[in-house]
This record gives sequence, structure tokens and C-alpha cells, in this order.
Amino acid sequence: MNLNIKYFGMLTEVTQCQEETFLFSQSTVADLLKALFNKYPLLEERDFQVAQMQTLVSKDTIISEVEIALLPPFAGG
Amino acid sequence: MSRYSRHIILSEIGQKGQDKITQAKVLVVGAGGLGCPILQYLAAAGIGTLGIVDFDIVEESNLQRQILFGMSTLGKNKALAAKERLEDLNPTITITAYPERLTAKNAVSLFNEYDIIVDGTDNFTTRYLINDASLITNKPLVYGAIYKFEGQVSVFNYQSGPSYRCIFPTPPKAGSVANCSEVGVLGVLPGIVGSMQANEVLKLVLGLGNVLSGKLLCYNALTAETLTLTVNKSELEINKVLDQKDTFQDRQSAFNCDISFNEISVEKALQKKNVQFIDVRETHELPKVDIINPVQIPLSKLEHHLEKIDAEKEKIIFCQSGIRSKKAVALLQKNQINNCYSLKEGAQAIIEHYNQN
Repeated sequence: MNLNIKYFGMLTEVTQCQEETFLFSQSTVADLLKALFNKYPLLEERDFQVAQMQTLVSKDTIISEVEIALLPPFAGG
Repeated sequence: MSRYSRHIILSEIGQKGQDKITQAKVLVVGAGGLGCPILQYLAAAGIGTLGIVDFDIVEESNLQRQILFGMSTLGKNKALAAKERLEDLNPTITITAYPERLTAKNAVSLFNEYDIIVDGTDNFTTRYLINDASLITNKPLVYGAIYKFEGQVSVFNYQSGPSYRCIFPTPPKAGSVANCSEVGVLGVLPGIVGSMQANEVLKLVLGLGNVLSGKLLCYNALTAETLTLTVNKSELEINKVLDQKDTFQDRQSAFNCDISFNEISVEKALQKKNVQFIDVRETHELPKVDIINPVQIPLSKLEHHLEKIDAEKEKIIFCQSGIRSKKAVALLQKNQINNCYSLKEGAQAIIEHYNQN
């Protein structure tokens, strides 16, 4: 299916976009990450969490919705 | 009475609500970009007991966003300067300044004296410390953080809700996430995010609306979009922290995950006694700064010359601009060499300092 992936903070510096459509046919968040690291090797060095349908999810969660967000921690204040 | 009349005429607040605000005790850690608007609105609202923790001093580059300060407070401690400004804004409240670093040693006893903790810091070391100490003392934590044009806001540890570690279980790798001083920040952004944090504090105090617990609000100043994500509680992560309760005070030395934590300005560096200056530039690089008598070990060779580093002294490491010196600090920390500081703006700052003085 076509996922709609949003990138936040410093992740956009790796992906060079804030949002994209990404064709994905496997099952879990971990599979999706593997596919994304393949497209953006530098992403693997970053710290972030994944949200599906506006809910933060673990790596073994099955991807069943199209709305995905990648969220890094921010240090600044 | 007239000071709070615009609160009191709101039927949702009234005199009863204003009394709750007067009785509230709020501790704000960090009086910087986020801390300034948080403190300004909480003091103006009449939070009866306000604590401010900040060890840092006001610098000119802070004035672009840290709205409690001005030319007259340059060089002053931020907690003390903020207290002075806020006492003028509202002399009817009690403000305590703690001009010191928050550490694992002082955090628990300090947090115990307040009802609500607010995180306005700029580094992960302190953010994780604040989260864990809030959990241990069972205090709600109003969290905010920023990066360039984006911000995050949440309320943690509220009525057994999720904590920061339920989103990000462990601190990022050292140096992998930059802070404002390294990458820049839109000045108004901490104003927006800090005001949202002050709003969450008032909601907690007044029992109004829906507190941002179990939610992480993400704000983008360039698109004016917000995305609110649901955060689930991780008992595992929370119990890991609570299990350390008895040994919490002893843990801090193994806890430095931010290089920015170990940055130092030229003024502070030159005030220190019993220090070793280490120049990690290549030997051909200019200008030389013989005036401070540095040991020269290029970064590329540092790991092979650790014996030249004086274990007894504090180490100030500098390069041309302050970037390689950060890498050097990380490398030394990796080799269990502590008490190392990276000099902000490098050799240039030393030369400028001596030219001005």
C-alpha cells in the first residue's frame, strides 16, 4: 500500500522532505524501517520513534494504516 | 485584587481558582528560551511559590529569544536575573533562585518542595534527570523542547500517566542531536512552546480542560501545523527508573550524554584555576595562543597521547571554532577521562578576549 510518511526535526535533513508517499508491502514497523534505511542510509544513525495513525508504536507493530510519522527527540530549550 | 481581575471574572477560574494559583508551588528548570516565557506567565498569573534553577549566565546571543533579560543583565546568573525581573513584575509572590546545576544529588530534595516541575532545559542529560526525578518524587512534569522551527509539548508522570521514557526510553548517542546554540532557532519559537507549557501548568493547577498527558503535541512554526500523537505508558520503562530510587543520587557521573553539557565560554574558562589547556588543532594552524601555555595534541593523534593529559586538572580543550574540540571531549569521555570542557568558539575567542582586555 501507499503510506504517507511525515518526517520531523532533524530527520528532514536526511530525507530532504517533510512528507512523502512510500510504497510498502511488508508487515511490521521494523520492516518499514529496513526499507527506509535502504532509501536513506543516514537515517539509521538517527534516534527517532514511529507513530501510526497518530499513536506511537513499537517496532513489532503491524503496519495497517497509511498515516506514519517519524519523530526524533529534541534537546533544545 | 485588581491584579488578577481578568482571571477572577472568568467563571471557570473565579476567586477560588485564583486562590489555587496562589497556593501552587512550581519549579522551572532552565531559565532560557523556554524558561523565560514560562516564568513570565506563571509569575504574572500569580503562582504563589516559584523556583528557578539555572547555573548559566546571560550572554548577548540569548537576547534574541530570552525575553526576561537585557543589556543590564549580561554576565549575570540567569536564575538570579530572572528572579529580579519577575519580582518587579509581581512582588506578591515568593520566588527562589537556585543558581546551580541540577544534579542527581540535589534533584530529589528540590523537587520534593514543589507540586509541579517544568522542563525548560536544553540538553538530554538534564531532561532525563528531570524525568526520572519527577517519577521518583511522583510530581507531574510539564515538558517542552524545540529544534529550529519545531517544538514538542507534553505532560508526563501525571496521575500515573506516561513518562518521557515511554516515548524515548534512552538518551540519544552523544553529540547526535544538536541544541539551539549549535544549529540556531527561530527566536519566537520558544516563546510559543514555553507559553504552551505555562498553559499546561495553569490547567494542572486549576483542574481545567484536558491536560496533555498521554499526548505529545508537535508544533511546526513554518507550516503552523500541530500534530498530537498518543503516547502509551510503558510500565517496564517506568519501573526501571523507580527501581533506582535508592541509588539515584549516586548515578550522575555515568550520565553525561550531551557534549553541550561540557561546553565552556572563554570568560569562564580563563577564570578557572588549576586547568590544563589542550590545543587539538593541527600543529600548522594559526593563530598560536602561547599566552595560555597549551599542550598541543592534534585531534587525529589524541587517542594515542592520552598520557599527556593531566588527570588532576580540569581540561579546557580548544580548536579553531569549537567543533573539533567537542569531538575531543567525547573521545576523552569514552576513555574515562572526565572534567573536560570544549571551549566555545575556539582559539578565536581566546585571542578576542585578550585583545579586549
